[in-house]
Amino acid sequence: MPGISGRMSTVVKSKISRLLDKAEDPGETLDYSYQKQLEQLQNVKRGIADVVTAKKRLQAQEQTIQQQVVKLDTQARQALAVGQEDLARTALERKNVAQTELQTLDQQIQELQQQQENLTDSEQKLRSKIEAFRTKKEVIKAQYSAAEAQVRISEAATGVGEQMADVGLAMQRAVDKTDQMKARANAVQELEAAGTFDDLTALGSGEDDIDRQLRELSSSTAVDDELAKMKAELGGGASTAGELAAGSAEPTAEEPPSDQESGSDAPSIEAPAFEEPEQ
Amino acid sequence: MIVRIATEGQYEISDEQKLSELDTAAVAAAESGDEVTFHAAYDALLAFVRSGAQLDADHLGGSDLILPPPDVTLAEARAEFSGEGLLPN
Repeated sequence: MPGISGRMSTVVKSKISRLLDKAEDPGETLDYSYQKQLEQLQNVKRGIADVVTAKKRLQAQEQTIQQQVVKLDTQARQALAVGQEDLARTALERKNVAQTELQTLDQQIQELQQQQENLTDSEQKLRSKIEAFRTKKEVIKAQYSAAEAQVRISEAATGVGEQMADVGLAMQRAVDKTDQMKARANAVQELEAAGTFDDLTALGSGEDDIDRQLRELSSSTAVDDELAKMKAELGGGASTAGELAAGSAEPTAEEPPSDQESGSDAPSIEAPAFEEPEQ
Repeated sequence: MIVRIATEGQYEISDEQKLSELDTAAVAAAESGDEVTFHAAYDALLAFVRSGAQLDADHLGGSDLILPPPDVTLAEARAEFSGEGLLPN
């Protein structure tokens, strides 16, 4: 049959016949085939281990970036509380980029998970075929003359050979995809390195290239919206600014004594003495 | 007839005429050069093959036909016709 299937079949079959041509003696063919099959199975196991490693690496990055998102959000609030709106904006822009990265990472982790499942499935199929081949090998040795054995070996080895070629193809595709993701993961790591700013004041002065890139990148409406929302939340922020300027890392750390310690997260907003007109 | 979907498994198909029609349609779609058209046609071919009985993992026979993997791209499918092939050497 011509068409997609015809061409693919021809290629696979020529590979299998090359494999079978390697030995003339039936016994030798059997041993050679079986040995090749076991080698291939080891390769598949290594391939699965590689995919699992790549997946774990991406999952670790995902966690780091999730922590960064929280940190950047906190930093934006702190910056806004002390009246540094530019700094708050930079933090929110970075948070935006980090969140986009999170989505990409999540997608890639799912893809790797899928690959891992496919390869595991392939490995089990190959294992079953190798086991069936091993059994058949013994039957062929015991029951058939050399001439008959040659025919039987071809039949059995063709099935395993095709499965091996197929697993080889699945492996190649998994490796290609994993390589693409490794490149992506490296790019994410660079972002991580530039991501948070540990010293709030240090960034107030100068602007590095990441800042400029971020500014260009920023879907600034999203950032503007979030900034506005944050401002509204920090409505009575003048008092908080004072506390932060006095050196508090956490807005809640130096909570003014309130009547009942009612468990509020943002006590300064609720303290009536500091209330300001809306906006 | 035994058909393998590469990276997936082997199926037993009886309606060879239908298989041939769908295969020809997939080739025509690939030649149209449009990824969406190609995948629609190729997915139809795969769905037909999957409607056959799947063979056990310990079945030792070869296949009469082998189809490229389900996630094959248009570029890969076209390379397949031109003779480069998908399989590693």
